[in-house]
This record gives sequence, C-alpha cells and structure tokens, in this order.
Amino acid sequence: MKYSIFSLARAALSGHKNWQRTWRDATPKDRYDVVIIGGGGHGLATAWFLASEYGIRNVAVLEKGWIGSGNAGRNTTIIRSNYGLPGNTGFYELSMKLWERMEQDLNYNSMVSQRGVINLYHSDAQRDAYARRGNTMRINGIDSELLDLAAVKKMMPFLNFDDARFPVQGGLLQRRGGTARHDAVVWGYAHAASELGVDIIQNCEVTGFVRDANGKVTGVGTSRGKIGAGKVGMAVAGSSSRVASMAGLRLPIESHVLQAFVSEAIKPLIPNVITFGAGHFYVSQSDKGGLVFGGDIDGYNSYAQRGNMPVMEDVCEGGMALMPMIGRVRLLRQWGGIMDMSMDGSPIIDKTPVDGLYLNAGWCYGGFKATPGSGFVFAHLLARDESHAEAARFRLDRFRSGAMIDEKGQGAQPNLH
Amino acid sequence: MRITCPFCGERELGEFTYLGDAKPVRPVAGASEDEVFDYVYLRDNVAGVMSENWYHGGGCRAWLKVTRNTLTHEISAVEPAAGAGAAKVGA
Repeated sequence: MKYSIFSLARAALSGHKNWQRTWRDATPKDRYDVVIIGGGGHGLATAWFLASEYGIRNVAVLEKGWIGSGNAGRNTTIIRSNYGLPGNTGFYELSMKLWERMEQDLNYNSMVSQRGVINLYHSDAQRDAYARRGNTMRINGIDSELLDLAAVKKMMPFLNFDDARFPVQGGLLQRRGGTARHDAVVWGYAHAASELGVDIIQNCEVTGFVRDANGKVTGVGTSRGKIGAGKVGMAVAGSSSRVASMAGLRLPIESHVLQAFVSEAIKPLIPNVITFGAGHFYVSQSDKGGLVFGGDIDGYNSYAQRGNMPVMEDVCEGGMALMPMIGRVRLLRQWGGIMDMSMDGSPIIDKTPVDGLYLNAGWCYGGFKATPGSGFVFAHLLARDESHAEAARFRLDRFRSGAMIDEKGQGAQPNLH
Repeated sequence: MRITCPFCGERELGEFTYLGDAKPVRPVAGASEDEVFDYVYLRDNVAGVMSENWYHGGGCRAWLKVTRNTLTHEISAVEPAAGAGAAKVGA
C-alpha cells in the first residue's frame, strides 16, 4: 500500500479502523539468493537496498524475535556525521545523506528531525580537538560550526554556565544532525522491502550454518527448518560473536551492555541534541516530551540486556552537572542493549574467511546513525562481492594489518570506546 | 551487581574496575605474529559462565579472578588472582 495525503484522509474519515498491515509476515521458502540474519534496522535496510538498488529481490530477513526487538528499539535515536578519521568521515556522511531522503525513498514517515547536534567543550585542548574535527568535516563537504560561549548561551540559555569544575566554553555544532524515530525506521524499511518482494520472517532463530564439501555456506539451519541461500549476511549486533562461532569464527569483538533512559514528559525544553564533553552524557527531547539520555557502557562483558546502578548514577550526575533543573524530573524507564564492541571502536563490513558468509558487525554503541549507510554498503558487498568505496576501510583483517580506525585513540580496549 | 571481595567482603560494583577475560595468556617473547594477534584482538566473548579479571581499586587494591555468568550477571566465585592479590592470602 502507498501512503499519501489521500490515504491519510480516507483512514481518518473511517475512524482509523481500516489501516492495512504494512509488511507481509512471510513463511520461509526453501531457498533465497540472499539470506540476512537479523531483523534490526541494519538487516532490513540491507534487504531494501538489495532489492531497490541492486535488483536482488529473492531475499529473506530472518529475525529470532520480532523485527526491531533488539538494539533498533534500544537506542537514543541520534543521527549525525561528525567524524574525523578517514573511513568514518565519508561513510557517516553517506549515511546522513540517506537519512535526508529516507522518507521519500521508503514512502514512510520515519520522523527524521534535523534539530542539530552540539558537542560542548570545556577546555582549551578540547576546543582545539573539536576545531580540528570540524575542519576535517568541512574539508570533506560536511557542515559544522565551532560556537563560542556567547553563541552557546544564546542557543541554550538553560545550561549550567557556572560549573566551577567543567565550565562550558563552547561547542561543535552540526545542524544537519538530529534524531529519527527508531521504530518507524524499522517499520519503514520493512514496509518498503516487503513491497519489493523481500520476505520478512519473524520468530525464526538461526541455529547453525549449512555448508557444502568445500566449506562454503549454502544455507542456514533455523528453528523453522533449513533455508538454502546463495549468500548469507550477518547483521546481528550484540550477537555477532555467537552467530559467527556457529561458523567456527572468532571475532575481534566483546559484547557489552549500554543503558539508556527516558524521563517523564515535560514541555519543550531542549531544542536539539546536546552532548556533555566533560563527562559522557548526551540528551535530546522526544516529540512526546520525554528527555532521552545516556552515557557510558557499563564496562564489562554482558549479554543480560540490563544494566547496573553505578553507570545509572554516573549518567544522572552528568545530566545534573549540565542542567541542574532536570533533577526534579522523574525517570520513567531505563533499558540496556547489548553492543558488539570492536577492538578499535569502528565497524566491520566485510567478507569472512568462510566462503558465502558476510559480516556486518562491531557498531559499538553508534549503530543507529549508521542504519541507512550500513544497509547500503552491505547490500553493495553482498551484490557485487566487493566493498563499497565508502566502506573499504571497514575490513575484518585491519587488526592484523594495523590499519585500525581508532576514532577515540583508546587502543584495543573495547570497554573504553 | 555486588562483588564479594575475599579480603574486604561484599562491596558495590563501583569500587571495582573490569580488566576483561582472564583466559588469554600473554604470549612469551618470540611468540609468532598469529599468537600475538590472537591474544590482543580475538575474544571468545562467552555467553555464559566466564572467568574475568577485576581490580578492587576502591578497596584493598587486590586483583581478583571472578567467575560470572554474562547472561545473568550471577557471580559464582571470587578468588585472589595470581600476583599481588595472591600474596595477601598467606598474610
């Protein structure tokens, strides 16, 4: 079905009782050209780009629960392309450009809101680092503005400018950054991919790989039977190591839990996305009015999808340091998602040493903003068997060769990225 | 999550620092490139019971070996790690 002003009016006049299902909940066929494991944003985006850009429509997306039940529904919905290292700069800008045309491409309202992302700085050294990053962005044709204290005060007068320990000195602003409605991103890709013939198969857990005499992957074993595949792509975020181990692979990845928080709804307060450079805290206000915020990962390996108190305390302290008045707002809910933290903090999109098996992993806690870009370049890899130019550095063997993309400069310490 | 330090008793998580999987062993001098790569970068990333190194920086400053389930956060054993912490056991 096609959404338009007329379909909206028609549905409104009939009391919103006749909306149709937006994607087909398919049953598995015997064989597909491409099977994508993982029905999150990245997996669904990959399927849609395979069908729409590369003409491969005999595609299945397998999801062990329901689509979007993992990290796609457990994030703080921020989109941006303010990266400084070669490899990241171009890729995230590709993704940003795809966000900007997503609603037209998908015929679905994913509520992309370019409300701006500002990273505050609190010291001369941090200002210099942000100035350098901003310059790198501008050289690459990406918008960025370095704001001084007066400009930040004018834009966000409610911040605590009298903090003795970490006074705000200014910020790096990307106006094209912002937020998108994470569930609608999942539903939008599902809607558009399904229209082009992609089978979205829910409650279908992959339990192993089917391989031929040469070791090539020719299908997957699932809780709903064997499914043959020309190629298999993995986009399973926090479960990357577990699924890869079924093919005998060990990855440069650790799984960690990241918490996010939502407050009760209040009147419009925060016009953009704000990050607190002196600690690790980021916040935006949802269209319903809740403050959506987060901070560091908990710092130890976890598959539990729930966090612990010390980080909750640390995140709330960061928020209070920046905006003391939110101390009176009640916390409504909190959740933890499992991040596949790579050893240099950057993603891996590559063929694996196992023929027929392709990997999309290691997004750490920055996977949401990458959703359209990730789907686009992974579809390119699956369709053409070679990396897209903007993802050519996201190699699996970069740890061995030393060509790491260490945006934070923390070395091989996943819990620090 | 609370950790029962063998020297200090049960303490809250904020006193401890995580140092990762206790299984990888630092390769000896002259080890092959493969062994070093494996040690530095590759992980089993266990979903289940895992042996880990923790540092009790907010307490006795001993290194601990903690046996923990990564699916439930349940801790089944805490013992002093070899080295500085272990020396205290005899004291």
